[in-house]
Amino acid sequence: MIPAAFDYELAGNIDEAISLLGQSGEAKLIAGGHSLLPLMRLRFAQPDLLVDIGRIDDLSYVRDAGDSIAVGAMTRHADVAADPLLGADCGILAETAAQIGDPQVRHRGTLGGSIAHADPASDLPTVLLALDAEFDVRGPAGDRTIAAGDFFTGFLESALEPTDVLTEVRVPKLDGPATYAKYNRRAQDWATVAVAAVQRNGGTALALTNMAATPVRALGVEQALADGADAATAAARVGEGTNPPSDTNGSAEYRAHLATVLTRRALEQLSA
Amino acid sequence: MKRIGLSVNGSPHELEVEPRELLVYVLRERLGMTGTHVGCDTSSCGACTVLVDGESVKSCTMLGVQAEGRSITTIEGLASNGELHPVQQAFHEQHGLQCGFCTPGFVLATVSLLEENSSPTEDQIREGLEGNLCRCTGYHNIVRAVQAAAGKELPA
Ligand SMILES: Cc1cc2nc3c(=O)[nH]c(=O)nc-3n(C[C@H](O)[C@H](O)[C@H](O)COP(=O)(O)OP(=O)(O)OC[C@H]3O[C@@H](n4cnc5c(N)ncnc54)[C@H](O)[C@@H]3O)c2cc1C
Ligand code: FES
Ligand code: FES
Repeated sequence: MIPAAFDYELAGNIDEAISLLGQSGEAKLIAGGHSLLPLMRLRFAQPDLLVDIGRIDDLSYVRDAGDSIAVGAMTRHADVAADPLLGADCGILAETAAQIGDPQVRHRGTLGGSIAHADPASDLPTVLLALDAEFDVRGPAGDRTIAAGDFFTGFLESALEPTDVLTEVRVPKLDGPATYAKYNRRAQDWATVAVAAVQRNGGTALALTNMAATPVRALGVEQALADGADAATAAARVGEGTNPPSDTNGSAEYRAHLATVLTRRALEQLSA
Repeated sequence: MKRIGLSVNGSPHELEVEPRELLVYVLRERLGMTGTHVGCDTSSCGACTVLVDGESVKSCTMLGVQAEGRSITTIEGLASNGELHPVQQAFHEQHGLQCGFCTPGFVLATVSLLEENSSPTEDQIREGLEGNLCRCTGYHNIVRAVQAAAGKELPA
């Protein structure tokens, strides 16, 4: 299938992308295109202008930033997965990127696109939420930083304005274990449910994929663990604050069950 | 319309395309290279896999305009001087195909996989080809073909 007609402009740098976005109310950025083009082919999305940031090479990097690691928004999943710095100090991000889709998808899809798309079935947003990551955004009025916890506002909705470009993601260097437990029925599938668990600053942070309209923190589990509960008792509270969807991959009830099992396993893995 | 220049199998091409033309249609309909197939509408099947600057990409999920300045390899570009590429030869010898519809995509995904990991285990082969679907073979002979192409001892 073929997308509806649109204009196409290649942005040479971030500021040019922002001003091109301002030219039309229906303009959209395209990064790897691996969320946007499938929607455009089915005509679920019909932007009238695509602004391509795919050639802005200085948005693709992984850098040591002291206590944290900075990753450029255009860094592809394959490059996140293979990065030695992330592998050493924030392995959960690299390992999760390696689980996205398939090699062809990882050769094109980007970290920034995955975040900006704000799909509650996506893997990286959940991990970034559990990591308390920070997102740098540039818009017509300048730069600002948004905490992962404030970023995802609804199904495919985020704190980004239509003329904003996400530029950088910062994740903490970890000194404890972290894991992403993803359940899907077939190779290449999106997660039916997944759980990110990160031990950090003396506590455990957890976040869930596909358990609500946005990625969500499992605050009940975090509280139970802080109160000294064991893995199974804490995992039993994973449903608090969730609203899992029902679809062909599973009912809401099945998802709630799966979340409990995956959470217990993830917690057991952290303490193993 | 946008004017783009790209290299396909080593030959330069310049053409005018609509921004909405997917790379797979630029290859098939503009350049007449119909070896790259379209098997789905959901970016799932991998039949359209080509190499972009040496890496496997689903050409149904990339715009022709995004290929500006890139170097594309399709199935038509693998054999040289009448000799099959070693991956093609291995698919042939190990019966890694039946109807052949998925084969161009599998062969190019395999070339990219072996470029990144020249000696993959069976699990790494199966995971490395998870972006490609085959409705005929049941995958076993495809895995054998990749093992053969990687110079591995074949299981009985
Ligand atoms: C077959 C298939 C399987 C997949 N499987 C998985 C999976 O298992 N797990 C998973 O998490 N994902 C999966 N994905 C999605 C994949 O990870 C996408 O690459 C990713 O979600 C989007 O990144 P992109 O660079 O392709 O973004 P694009 O498609 O280019 O853009 C997506 C959206 O984000 C906006 N955008 C992009 N970059 C920026 C930026 N820097 N600033 C502001 N806005 C921006 C765009 O305007 C658009 O609205 C799959 C995709 C496919 C096709
Ligand atoms: S045609 Fe099926 S993935 Fe491209
Ligand atoms: S050989 Fe027929 S689909 Fe693979």
